[in-house]
Amino acid sequence: MSIDLTAQVRGIKDDYKYGFRESDAHYTFKARKGLDREVVSQISEMKNEPAWMRQFRLKALEVFWQKPTPTWGGDLSEIHYDQIHYFMRAADRQGQSWDDIPAEIKRTYDRLGIPEAERKGLIAGVGAQYESEVVYHSLREDLQNKGVIFVDTDTAVREYPDLVREYFGTVIPIEDNKFAALNSAVWSGGSFVYIPAGVKVDIPLQAYFRINAENMGQFERTLIIVEEGAQVHYVEGCTAPIYTSESLHSAVVEIIVKKGGRCRYTTIQNWANNIYNLVTKRAVAYEDALMEWVDGNLGSKLTMKYPAVHMRGKGARGEILSIAFAGKGQHQDAGGKVIHEAPYTSSRIISKSISKNGGRSSYRGLLKVVDGAKGCKSNVVCDALILDPESRSDTYPYIEIEEADVKIGHEASVSKIGEEQLFYLMSRGLSEAEASTLIVSGFIEPLVKELPMEYAVEMNKLIQLQMEGSVG
Amino acid sequence: MNPQVLTIEGLRVGIEGKEILKGVDLTLRRGEVHALMGPNGSGKSTLSYALMGHPAYEVLGGSVKLDGEELLELEANERAKRGLFLAFQYPTAIPGVTLANFLRHAVTNIRNPDRLEGSDLIPMREFRKELKAAMDELGMEADFARRYLNEGFSGGEKKRAEVLQMSLIKPAFAILDETDSGLDIDAVRTVSEGVNRVVERERTGVLVITHYQRILNYIRPQFVHILFGGRIVESGGPELVERLEQEGYDWVRAKYPVEAAIEDELEAHASSASAPAV
Repeated sequence: MSIDLTAQVRGIKDDYKYGFRESDAHYTFKARKGLDREVVSQISEMKNEPAWMRQFRLKALEVFWQKPTPTWGGDLSEIHYDQIHYFMRAADRQGQSWDDIPAEIKRTYDRLGIPEAERKGLIAGVGAQYESEVVYHSLREDLQNKGVIFVDTDTAVREYPDLVREYFGTVIPIEDNKFAALNSAVWSGGSFVYIPAGVKVDIPLQAYFRINAENMGQFERTLIIVEEGAQVHYVEGCTAPIYTSESLHSAVVEIIVKKGGRCRYTTIQNWANNIYNLVTKRAVAYEDALMEWVDGNLGSKLTMKYPAVHMRGKGARGEILSIAFAGKGQHQDAGGKVIHEAPYTSSRIISKSISKNGGRSSYRGLLKVVDGAKGCKSNVVCDALILDPESRSDTYPYIEIEEADVKIGHEASVSKIGEEQLFYLMSRGLSEAEASTLIVSGFIEPLVKELPMEYAVEMNKLIQLQMEGSVG
Repeated sequence: MNPQVLTIEGLRVGIEGKEILKGVDLTLRRGEVHALMGPNGSGKSTLSYALMGHPAYEVLGGSVKLDGEELLELEANERAKRGLFLAFQYPTAIPGVTLANFLRHAVTNIRNPDRLEGSDLIPMREFRKELKAAMDELGMEADFARRYLNEGFSGGEKKRAEVLQMSLIKPAFAILDETDSGLDIDAVRTVSEGVNRVVERERTGVLVITHYQRILNYIRPQFVHILFGGRIVESGGPELVERLEQEGYDWVRAKYPVEAAIEDELEAHASSASAPAV
């Protein structure tokens, strides 16, 4: 099943298949390049937002200006904030049927296979964001009847103002970091998901993010609230065309999982190689809740992303599974953060990175246990595989333990594909490329087997495609 | 493709700049079983790796032909596709890759050598059936196929898995490199019976490399060769095995003093040259 994951992953070869583009001549609105109070106010105005949200944005803009650009992680010095369009409206209204969508935009989603997956009933709901705004949205009727809300965040601000106001910016405050502040100032689109107490959504909700125009900045804002005992799996995918100048994707994702709730958030991102992908993702898990991040990072020029789980209630669990694949000219600085703020919480981070053709991948992770959080358990495993001498891998594990009564495990390994492994497989008729692919898929197997079957199959295909023609 | 003769002529092989094989001549025909014996460090494993095309082993001269086609220019996978198989002394672990998945790739490639890589694997159902039958013959439990290739396998499991691969790949010629080492007598018997079945069914030509005669009680060679100082110095029938068993290599040393000197020198070098780390 899994929507168009096949289609998305097909793009990750050196010749990126999702590099196609449509004209932006038909767009109904395009903010001028650059960032100032006027542009921010204009975005708010275009959306007819309430005053509190406009103030939130303007305050965030100040914070963004004040905060220095991080000097750790990747090289951010080449981002030209004045060369970016912070808002583009591609269609004048949102469709509930694909027939309502302008033909140029619908064509894109057809090529990505999304309407088809929806027809086949493989997903419970779809949100499709094109540039700054969501152009299509749907949710299965029975879920609507149970009180599940799955809309774009702009709509949520209008239609569910109380819910949004209660949670918006509470998990990731404006001041959190420079890019969270940027997003808070110019955010547009993203998903708002609300699962009422006890409701279990059995098949995934899917969001799809597409950048089409050049010099476009995409700043979606996602907020997921899982009430007590409720359950949801949210999946997002991302692609963009290839342009000569860089684009910026800087999302904020906030998740609240209440007592006994479960949330799994799966990302398969496959950006073109000129996208800066600087995303802040954080969840708060209350008593006995489970939060899982499954994060597949492929493509982009630079990704800096460390999904976090704050375990704030007794017995809460956090899991982060991350795969990063850094190819030519790419830097994947990824990992995860687990913060144990309550007793008897447990967490696990499994990170696997692969570097080839001069790519660079880094694991950057934080494990923190606060004073008084007794009986916590955490296990961190990060493994890196380097496919050639030009490629690079680094590990930056940060561990802060303020409590004595904890069980902590940390393992890290870096390996190279061994000559003996290659020879052994080749002596059984596998070409060098096929043998490397098999070794790589074996390398990520401990993680892939955690995925639902259909995603596991896709992930393997993805690796196969990434490896094709990479050797010899 | 169904080659009938494997011809090794004047094969000279070095590793890390050191010449180990100094001109090996050997001819194997389909259905024949040859034993290659020799003391530790005589170059037996070097021969097996060089025949299969290990990149660390440098061919300094000579030829290896299958029905007249030169193999030495070919990569290991191409040699495999043409019908050559090596049962490793130290099979390498591939973490995360199940035996079943690996074998499905291997068998597909060898049976359909011209197929586009990565496409059209043998249908799962068909392959599973075949795999199960082959595992049954070797007395292997079905869930063994789901284990990661050679990872945490005992010595016996590794060798059994090698013979399992051989029985599914059905090679024209197989080199068994110290297949009996580290096995108890029951395991030697099981593994040998597996090899014999393949020989019988596929008329596989086999080169059994060993320095114990034990496995040769089960896999009966018609031809026996002694590799000593980088050359085959003696060839004969099963009586050679008996003689080595009774007298050891002293008579060989006495008869071939030049090779004995080389052998002494190689002995020191052997640990680094003959076997890759597991």
